[in-house]
Amino acid sequence: MSKFLKNRELLLVGAIAVLLALITWRFPPFVAPANLARVYNDTSILIILALGQMAVILTRCIDLSMAANLALSGMVAAMLNAAYPGLPIPIVILSAIALGTLLGMINGALVWKLDIPPIVVTLGTLTIYRGLIFLLSDGKWINAHQMSDAFKALPRDALLGFPVLSWLSLLMIALVFLLMSRTALGRAFYAVGGNPHAAVYTGIDVGRTRFAAYCLSGALAGLSGYLWVSRYAVAYVDIAAGFELDIIAACVIGGISIAGGIGTVAGAVLGALFLGVIKNALPVINISPFAQMAISGTVIIIAVAVNARAERRKGRVILRKAEAV
Amino acid sequence: MVDCLLLQDKLTSRMKPAITLEGISKSFPGVKALSDVSLSLYPGSVTALVGENGAGKSTLVKILTGIYQPDGGTIHVADQEVRFPTALAAARAGVTAIHQETVLFDDLSVAENIFLGHTPRNRFGFIDWKRLNADARALLSRAGADFDPTIRLRDLGIAKKHLVAIARALSIDAQVVIMDEPTAALSHKEIHELYALVERLKAEGKAILFISHKFDEIFRIADRYTVFRDGTMVGEGLIADVSQDALVRLMVGRAVGSVYPKKEVAIGAPVLTVSGYRHPTEFEDVNFELRRGEILGFYGLVGAGRSEFMQSLIGVTRPSAGAVRLDGQVLVIRSPAEAIRSGIVYVPEERGRQGAIIGLPIFQNVTLPSLSRTSRSGFLQLANEFALAREYTSRLDLRAASLDQDVGTLSGGNQQKVVIAKWLATKPKVIILDEPTKGIDIGSKAAVHAFMSELAAQGLSVIMVSSEIPEIMGMSDRVIVMREGRIAGRFDRAELTAEKLVRAAAGIQEAA
Repeated sequence: MSKFLKNRELLLVGAIAVLLALITWRFPPFVAPANLARVYNDTSILIILALGQMAVILTRCIDLSMAANLALSGMVAAMLNAAYPGLPIPIVILSAIALGTLLGMINGALVWKLDIPPIVVTLGTLTIYRGLIFLLSDGKWINAHQMSDAFKALPRDALLGFPVLSWLSLLMIALVFLLMSRTALGRAFYAVGGNPHAAVYTGIDVGRTRFAAYCLSGALAGLSGYLWVSRYAVAYVDIAAGFELDIIAACVIGGISIAGGIGTVAGAVLGALFLGVIKNALPVINISPFAQMAISGTVIIIAVAVNARAERRKGRVILRKAEAV
Repeated sequence: MVDCLLLQDKLTSRMKPAITLEGISKSFPGVKALSDVSLSLYPGSVTALVGENGAGKSTLVKILTGIYQPDGGTIHVADQEVRFPTALAAARAGVTAIHQETVLFDDLSVAENIFLGHTPRNRFGFIDWKRLNADARALLSRAGADFDPTIRLRDLGIAKKHLVAIARALSIDAQVVIMDEPTAALSHKEIHELYALVERLKAEGKAILFISHKFDEIFRIADRYTVFRDGTMVGEGLIADVSQDALVRLMVGRAVGSVYPKKEVAIGAPVLTVSGYRHPTEFEDVNFELRRGEILGFYGLVGAGRSEFMQSLIGVTRPSAGAVRLDGQVLVIRSPAEAIRSGIVYVPEERGRQGAIIGLPIFQNVTLPSLSRTSRSGFLQLANEFALAREYTSRLDLRAASLDQDVGTLSGGNQQKVVIAKWLATKPKVIILDEPTKGIDIGSKAAVHAFMSELAAQGLSVIMVSSEIPEIMGMSDRVIVMREGRIAGRFDRAELTAEKLVRAAAGIQEAA
């Protein structure tokens, strides 16, 4: 039991199960497999973004500009499509990812080369990126009728019974998992966040590693930009406004330590799913959107408190018998 | 005997001590830090406390300031027996300490720092800023400082921060002022300002305990001396009655070397040659050769520039000039990664901050700098990592349930073994160990020493930075002493004596 409580991911699975049980009690159809698949699909973009944010947070940084990056990349993708409807969709997606990566590189370079605190850098770029959308679009919306059918259809297209959007998020989970657990870069993310001073002596370039984390979060924000705009079939200055907080909340709920160095891909995904379930379930059991925000906030604080307890309880091993455990 | 009585007479006749410690003892698990120590501090007089690292000076300061509780013995202030259960109690009794790195608040004003905890209030209970600043200005001028009390502490240099600390001591009417290596981080000019301040405190009738490794300043400003060695007081008296040589002999007087597991190794060809290494502010003219199978000790006082030089050697900082040859090849090291690739590794001093990565499991800590070797086509191979980690941790006799366990759950000694295993796993040619046994238990110390010998026997070249004379003398084939950023002495094992080391490190001329 205590081992179970120590494993954050299992704890989160348990919390999601309890949540689903409560919802089922009020509204049984919610747990129908088709509906759960729909909830997953609806959470896919948050999951992709949380994966990028996780990499950044692991290195003791933060990316507040992800949602703005998403909105800018999405706007550019939509404008590309509106201007050149014949452009193949993979090219549009790649452009969105490339732009997102570029925006991430700007964050990373500022943190690396100018040594500005990450929260300040990304607070600044968040505003700049939003402003750029306005400059590019002149404040106008790009609506569904300006987008090509192929542009709008891709996320919804079914592949083996599930939408491409769901498949894409699964693919990203797999890729990021591979990166985190099986590459030196992934290991460096943990080392840099866990102990930046020691990482330097170990031959890890702390700045470069953080830069890489920002590139990853930027690339995933760019991809999400296309997915968001095509899924909702609209692009304007304020899309995903405030969504950066949901992304960070998903990470925090998922047990990724804001102090860096601790966190898993499973945690980030489960944290996002937890928020996704709440967001989708509360309306069907007649809880107002304002109560939803309060509930999400409460969950975040509980999650942080639980994580802080888990970290505090460890203590140092001084007793010899404790060492053998 | 008569001499002794005369001395006693001289010491006590003039006035009553401000504070007297009698029979103070303090033990930590496995270590007796202080045993039966007695010390008196007199008003208007500076007592120098000298001793090697680990002699018990810091423990004494912590007892005097209420941070540690003694196991036995008494403290008297003005004929009253007192206890200092807390730091506040010590401060109330008039004992205050000024540390190497003063404990003040950078973002508060000077005046706020001086009066923190006893800020003057107006009749509404709010801070009386007028009085605060006026009182602060008065105290600062008593301390001989003329700067504005409303500026932020951050904008002051260390010497001026010391003045603020002194003004704070005056504000709580401290009678006993402990200065723990106050000049260690000061420039030449600032040191002279500090001497003037000590004179002023003397004139105010404060009793001063002055801890220092620098003999020139001890003989310049102290009136009395007390020497600690291995937790006991081994001598005291008037500075006027003692020579530098006698003081050094008191400090180090013991036989060392026998308990160290030093192996006789045939010293081979030069492996590492460093020439003309210099840095604008930290060190200059560092030249030496390191041979195969050799343990080269680097001795010096804290702040002599040894760690700074090592960090420059492995590419953490850049030297302004200098050349390195490894096995005869000229080497340019621009980053720690390049140093590791060329076979030079550095085990840093601050294990917590610079060594183990808490949160990562043991095996990942060990393999972190060796990932390129354990990986295949860009992907990590956990099985290879485990094998590598197992090989090196078992060679160091690491005690852990599983290599998968978080390194943060290990004891200090075992964490140090993980860090050393990490570096050995990179198969280095040269390993630099910075204070390798600082703060670890005796058993782990012995294991680290034995292993160091073993490494040298296997043909590795070892640089050992240490501030502990027994360790330096016990383990080194040759010793380089650094002082104020320069090499101040070179000694072969055969000619090594503790006196020579201390003299070179403290800058004392050879007695004629």
